[in-house]
Amino acid sequence: MTDMASQIQKPREPLSIGRGITWLRKNLFSSWFNTALTLLSLYVIWLVVPPLIDFAIIDAVWTGASREACLGPDAGACWPFVWANIDQFLYGRYPSSEVWRVYVVFALGAIGLVPALIPAAPAKRFNLIFLLVAYPVIAVTLLAGGRPGLPAVDTSYWGGLLVTLVVAVTGIVISLPLGIVLALGRRSSMPAIRLVSIVFIEFWRGVPLVTVLFMASVMLPLFLPEGVSLDNLLRCLVGVALFASAYMAEVVRGGLQAIPRGQYEAARAGGLSYWQAMGLVVLPQALRHVIPGIVNTFIGLFKDTTLVLIVGIFDLLGQVRSQLSDPNWSVPQGAITGYLFAALVFWVFCFGMARYSAYMERRLNAGSRR
Amino acid sequence: MAGAAARDKRKIGLKWSNPAVRSVVYQAALIALVLYGGWFIVTTTQANLARLNIATGFGFMDNTAGFGIVQSLIPYTEESSYGRAFLVGLINTLMVAGIGIVLATILGFFVGVARLSTNWLVSKIAWAYVEVMRNIPLLLQLFFWYFTVLRPLPAPVDSLSPVEGVYLNNRGVVVPSPVFGESSAFFGIVVLLSLVAGYAVLRWARKRQSATGEIFPAWRTAIAIVLGVPALAWLFGGAPFTLDFPAYRGFGFDGGMRLIPEFIALLLGLTLYTAAFIAEIVRAGILSVSHGQTEAAYALGLPAGRTLRLVVIPQALRVIVPPLTSQLLNLTKNSSLAVAIAYPDLVAVFAGTVLNQTGQAIEVIALTMAVYLTISLVTSFLMNLYNARVAIQER
Repeated sequence: MTDMASQIQKPREPLSIGRGITWLRKNLFSSWFNTALTLLSLYVIWLVVPPLIDFAIIDAVWTGASREACLGPDAGACWPFVWANIDQFLYGRYPSSEVWRVYVVFALGAIGLVPALIPAAPAKRFNLIFLLVAYPVIAVTLLAGGRPGLPAVDTSYWGGLLVTLVVAVTGIVISLPLGIVLALGRRSSMPAIRLVSIVFIEFWRGVPLVTVLFMASVMLPLFLPEGVSLDNLLRCLVGVALFASAYMAEVVRGGLQAIPRGQYEAARAGGLSYWQAMGLVVLPQALRHVIPGIVNTFIGLFKDTTLVLIVGIFDLLGQVRSQLSDPNWSVPQGAITGYLFAALVFWVFCFGMARYSAYMERRLNAGSRR
Repeated sequence: MAGAAARDKRKIGLKWSNPAVRSVVYQAALIALVLYGGWFIVTTTQANLARLNIATGFGFMDNTAGFGIVQSLIPYTEESSYGRAFLVGLINTLMVAGIGIVLATILGFFVGVARLSTNWLVSKIAWAYVEVMRNIPLLLQLFFWYFTVLRPLPAPVDSLSPVEGVYLNNRGVVVPSPVFGESSAFFGIVVLLSLVAGYAVLRWARKRQSATGEIFPAWRTAIAIVLGVPALAWLFGGAPFTLDFPAYRGFGFDGGMRLIPEFIALLLGLTLYTAAFIAEIVRAGILSVSHGQTEAAYALGLPAGRTLRLVVIPQALRVIVPPLTSQLLNLTKNSSLAVAIAYPDLVAVFAGTVLNQTGQAIEVIALTMAVYLTISLVTSFLMNLYNARVAIQER
């Protein structure tokens, strides 16, 4: 009671040095133990941050045409290496006369994605159909070509961020519907369907992605009849999509379990069929519950795309590694620069997804918050 | 009435509108599809194998491997069999995963608690650690540790020596190794006995408390016994082992033991990466215990330490343990990234070298997957047992 009264009467302290000191005292120096922790933290920051800034910004070489520019005695990051190879990092060895196709695909993706992410943007349904159905078809047609006016570009020429995004987007677009079907199958009342779903899910979740990719690249060709051959990238896409679907299924199942059975029963009693009840009543609620889990699966998938370099496909990380062996740019700090660049790109994508998911979660929970 | 219903049922009988009929048809269709898929794969594979002249069966496991492995805990030479190589790879996987699990759990709990610290700076550092580590692919982190930190270290002649007896060079880290003498067995028995005694004290105290309500400082006594008795034995009975310090002679190090850089890079990467995820789990677990629980415990007169031990931690663990196990399983599966930096784990040795030499893709990949699958299934089985034990009992 007194607390409340004093809070109401006391005017907000103006922003001042005095207030800053109070804050410091409360949050950093409240006891001898806290003070020791603060000093230790400052020491850790001093150990990590200044050398990093020195290397990446202050001592870094920003311009130059060849490795000579980066050979100084105390030279930091060799950024010209990144500028010189930026084309490879973006789309690998994609023929330069056809590169416009990559840019069109990137641009179309951005045009479809940005309004889909803004809750206030209109025509959500049309937008999502474009993004999940039309866009993949257009992108594949444009990138692979093989039609009049569009010369075919073999996937062995694809690389860099393009491959990273192709693998990630394929995984996402396939794993979400397949995961939902598997989750429903696992909760089905029909024993055969349940069993098949469980075996499928537990198998893919139980093995590492590396072995899945090995399987896709050496075992899958043996499963196909003579004469039928799948492209290396396509084989990996199959592996990644199946792998991601199993994880997605478990996330969706968590959401389904959170919805009371009465919702489904009421929908059926109202005359809806199984698919109508699921699609119109249960799934919209269940998926909303697990948006963070779904986005986490996407983030995991995005990071896991790097594994394709183990089976000889050049994603962004693989492309960085391959450009590192270029003798024109062989400098001692080249590797760190390349990895720093790749880490930054991956970090921006993953951190962005995580922040967006947190934002959506807050928005969707607004109704149930008091 | 009942007769009418039965007649109705008979009338619906074998129609599509009968859910039971639909259910049977759907399931039969799925089973037929799965069987056809299986049959198709088996027959095409057999045809392909015959056409490509690839041998089948696990007979190759007894053949001579003919390649060396840089790290092996069991005797292994180039004359050993593929089966032996499989075992070496499996042990290397289990070793890096086992040590990684212990380190990642400790670091993860530490960071998770730091994230909740009232000290602003500490919690922000923990936040930055988590956000940096978990948003950068593990493979990239492994490349970083291996190719930019460990490989560029100086040659063995110019080894760095941060601490006496520890040497860092581009062939790995050389550390003193313990040599066990005659007193080791005696010391081991003392440690074992003190553990038993500590456990007995805990049990006796719990029994007495439930019988009489009297509280005995059991944990303090038990820890004093478990640490104190071996310390006394060390003091009076002499050190249980001597350290063999490495020394650089001629072409390499004599004595001590060498950890290969691939192992260190993999361990570092797995530990730092997984710890970030564990930290978030620990944070969520502690936050999930409502403040009212702590307040109620205080109101009943429990001191802070006992509140933490008897009220908060058991409830937090219920939330922490299931996702924690799945992270530790992830760590084990992620140890297969070893193949990218050539640490001789199961995948690198067996699904890599052995597969290349024998060409028996199906057997090799199937066996490799079976190992990971077994680890996963056994762990989730144990997890289910644990969950059943700690689940909230409702009605």
